[in-house]
Amino acid sequence: MQRHLISAADLTRDDAVLILDTAEEMARVADRPIKKLPTLRGRTIVNLFFEDSTRTRISFEAAEKRLSADVINFTAKGSSVSKGESLKDTAQTLEAMGVDAVVIRHGASGAPYRLANSGWIDAAVINAGDGTHQHPTQALLDAFTMRRRLVGRDAGLGQDLSGKRITIVGDVLHSRVARSNVDLLHTLGAEVTLVAPPTLVPVGVGSWPCAVSYDLDSTLPKSDAVMMLRVQRERMNAAFFPTEREYSRRYGLDGDRMAKMPEHAIVMHPGPMVRGMEITAEVADSERCTVVEQVANGVSIRMAVLYLLLGGNEPAVTHARTTEEK
Amino acid sequence: MDTYTSDARPVLEGPDIARVLTRIAHEIVERAKGADDVVLLGIPTRGVFLAQRLAAKLEQITDRKIPVGSLDITMYRDDLRMHPPRALARTEIPGDGIDGRLVVLVDDVLFSGRTIRAALDALNDIGRPRAVQLAVLVDRGHRELPIRADYVGKNLPTSLRETVKVQLAEEDGRDTVLLGVKPADQ
Repeated sequence: MQRHLISAADLTRDDAVLILDTAEEMARVADRPIKKLPTLRGRTIVNLFFEDSTRTRISFEAAEKRLSADVINFTAKGSSVSKGESLKDTAQTLEAMGVDAVVIRHGASGAPYRLANSGWIDAAVINAGDGTHQHPTQALLDAFTMRRRLVGRDAGLGQDLSGKRITIVGDVLHSRVARSNVDLLHTLGAEVTLVAPPTLVPVGVGSWPCAVSYDLDSTLPKSDAVMMLRVQRERMNAAFFPTEREYSRRYGLDGDRMAKMPEHAIVMHPGPMVRGMEITAEVADSERCTVVEQVANGVSIRMAVLYLLLGGNEPAVTHARTTEEK
Repeated sequence: MDTYTSDARPVLEGPDIARVLTRIAHEIVERAKGADDVVLLGIPTRGVFLAQRLAAKLEQITDRKIPVGSLDITMYRDDLRMHPPRALARTEIPGDGIDGRLVVLVDDVLFSGRTIRAALDALNDIGRPRAVQLAVLVDRGHRELPIRADYVGKNLPTSLRETVKVQLAEEDGRDTVLLGVKPADQ
């Protein structure tokens, strides 16, 4: 049995629902005066971050500490990685220290998969974002936020997102969040539509389990949730659209556009937001925008994943595909 | 969970269970001198239903609303690493909390005492009760920790080869306590 979380596509519907239900119980811990559980006492988790990320790292760190794990933070900057040490050497160092889990963020797509399947290390591997590939806990926290808002906190228990229409807007090409969300939302029964300029739609999107549109205005009235993506200028090596103003005019979400959405529909953003470009301050600060909720839910989801992968003698989460099938 | 054989015999039936719960409710009122500050916390799954039934009986006796909740102890178990992780059950603490209250933990079967140890740890993280008491439907013995119940529905001396299964209408469709023999020992 696999004991890693590498891709949102690996999760079955039942596993995904189990994680969401467990996160709902974990969220209750956050409401208590003592926000701590003894569940992972004595386990060591390394947060191995080869790429900068404050938000994801502190979210994992908060989750690990709330479950009483021993936490080691490892950032590539200033470590031996900057002196040329390879992923394999780093992994073997961690193995020698007897770590139980590695949360890895890496700029190269596939690095967590390599770490989990190379035999370098025996620990559970959790992907915290690899290149433009996957960010499964982000997809899980997005699904959790949608289920809470669109189905209900208690009514949602045991439920998936069947029949919900989700629109993901923006820089799909560079977005691991979009990829992970398409996989997971499809597993959970939602209908996903990607909306992006043609230059920011990845090759091969036809094989993804979603629809693609270039027109945001016609998609909005049919959406239960609209997820705005950050335009990842740091990953762009060419001119993908004429000007920021042009992008904003066609694919930015402002108050007028938000008014076209159904009353119950929510606006999501994985953060960090570039206000004024993909989303206006008016929308970002409105009650329908769930950005702050998503951050809080991230801790609950990560607690749930850590508990289900590490809490017992074997993981509770099965996987849809085996290593051989990949 | 143990497997139960078809020759398991009932040791308590529906009316007996109702009777012992009534007795426990009266004992709680007597010992707590009116149950003014009593909070009932059931341990999932069947302890929660028993706590709700006890709360209803206490309300009849005292004519007062008795706060009732549930306390999932999964994350506090000392054998977590010996099994795959279980799905979590609901922890629901009544609105006024448990600080300064008399908390009565309610469970169906008292056996090794390890569940109750975990429950005491869990309570510690939630608040500081004035006192904690324990009510169980069946005490089957074989304690592994220095823990005993304050209110016992039925003392059932068993051997370790025997199994005790509580069924409640809310979960299983009928009220009964079954005593069986582990299949390997048949």
